[in-house]
Amino acid sequence: MSFILDKVSHRYSQGTAYEITALDNVNLKINDGEFIGIIGHTGSGKSTLVQHLNGLLKATEGAIYYNGQDIYDKDYDLRDLRTQVGMVFQYPEHQLFEETVFADVCFGPKNQGLPEKDCTLRAFEALRSVGLPEKYYYASPFELSGGQKRRAAIAGVLAMKPAVLILDEPTAGLDPKGRDEILDLIAETHAHYGNTVILVSHSMEDVAKYVDRIIVMNQGSVMLDGAPRDVFHHYKELEEIGLAAPQVTYLMHEMREAGMDVSTEPTTVDEAKDAILRMLGRK
Amino acid sequence: MLRDITLGQYYPADSVIHKLDPRTKLFGTLLFIISVFSFDGLLGFGVITLFMFGIIYLSKVPLSFMVRGLRAIVILLLIAGALNLFLTPGQPLITLWKIVITKEGVRNASLMTVRMIYLIMGTSVMTLTTTPNQLTDGLEKSLRPLSKIHVPVHEIAMMMSIALRFIPILIEETDKIMKAQMARGADFESGGLIKKAKNMVPLLVPLFVSAFRRANDLALAMEARCYVGGDGRTKMKPLVYEKRDVGAYAVVIVYFVIVVLVKSLL
Repeated sequence: MSFILDKVSHRYSQGTAYEITALDNVNLKINDGEFIGIIGHTGSGKSTLVQHLNGLLKATEGAIYYNGQDIYDKDYDLRDLRTQVGMVFQYPEHQLFEETVFADVCFGPKNQGLPEKDCTLRAFEALRSVGLPEKYYYASPFELSGGQKRRAAIAGVLAMKPAVLILDEPTAGLDPKGRDEILDLIAETHAHYGNTVILVSHSMEDVAKYVDRIIVMNQGSVMLDGAPRDVFHHYKELEEIGLAAPQVTYLMHEMREAGMDVSTEPTTVDEAKDAILRMLGRK
Repeated sequence: MLRDITLGQYYPADSVIHKLDPRTKLFGTLLFIISVFSFDGLLGFGVITLFMFGIIYLSKVPLSFMVRGLRAIVILLLIAGALNLFLTPGQPLITLWKIVITKEGVRNASLMTVRMIYLIMGTSVMTLTTTPNQLTDGLEKSLRPLSKIHVPVHEIAMMMSIALRFIPILIEETDKIMKAQMARGADFESGGLIKKAKNMVPLLVPLFVSAFRRANDLALAMEARCYVGGDGRTKMKPLVYEKRDVGAYAVVIVYFVIVVLVKSLL
């Protein structure tokens, strides 16, 4: 059991004319090793939610427990929590600052207090796993292209080997190829280390392919929570809040309505292919 | 965190003061400041107190917002008050060992304190009821005559409004980068002065980079819309005086005359 959120609410600018409720009474349980997608419209509170998980934001009400410990306890070391819960922000390339990519990736491990040798080792490992060509390791991060900067920045968090990895819209502003590469990379690290991964996104298509649990946020509270196929059953409700199920879900539902004997379960193109072949084979 | 800082602290409300032309408010604030620094005696104090609280009441902005602005100058107030209190020569009132408090000292200290408090509260009525854009518009139009002697009034106003517009953006950006680096274990709080300054590098470098990037984008966007400076440029919402502005001018001038009269009569 890694995270328990108990009635967590968050209000920005509390007590002023600009008060906004970003989170409203959120209850969640996140288990070790899960691959979770958090989905919601812009302003639904998803980014606010994940920033609570490593203590960057403090809930105005409610409590959060990590491995059974209250993270708002006076004696709790938030810096230690942050080394265990890695967070890749939106447009992470904007946080690069060192003279070389390599030094920047070392920043996280160094802050963890690891000896020089381990930092170097981890940086190499992380840079290799994000697939950045070796010739860029000692280049200035500002000379890299957008996609490569993003890889370097993600490596900076991976190098800390977090037990929980949170990614806030890691594919924003990337082309389809870059997007698939980044998501594949995340899935690979998850398969390899078995760490908990929380992927924040507004694209169902992205999320459906990788995660095994989806949390849908709407206006600061959790609207749906479950396996992708269960969540996509509610595709009409999803549409009402400005989201959409993957396109194959629509296809399967329409085929069903047209009287074809197919399952409406598939959420990815591959699953849909299998289902249709099965139907055709039965005929 | 940083999101809670309110700079250029406009407080939206539907009041007479909000609707006034920014030029009227600028002029009124100017006269108010002059009156605050010229009044004398209890009667004058009564007049400006009545006027200021009347305006605050009309503006529908909670008094706590004006008081909040005072927190920044508490230390300044204390120092100025103490210096005036202890160091003004004159008729001794209380003598404690070497510390002498004079009658003039008490008078100067209380005058000074009241003046500074009223200065801050009075000007915050203006900033709380006027958006930064309105304010620069008002300044631009009030200073227009200066362009005859080649003062680049429009350019100055444009720079001001861009600078003001960028304050919240940069605050947000700072907040974001700070969080991102804290997530990587950066520490912005502990350590001595030199260590603290060193720890700011991961924050300042990305901040500068992003400020330049934004400035570049903005310049490009302005050029793409054929911005060439102030000549021949029209406004979407030109400033026009209305009846209430005439009334406001009258009220402010009458108030000022009263303050001057009270001062010269006593």
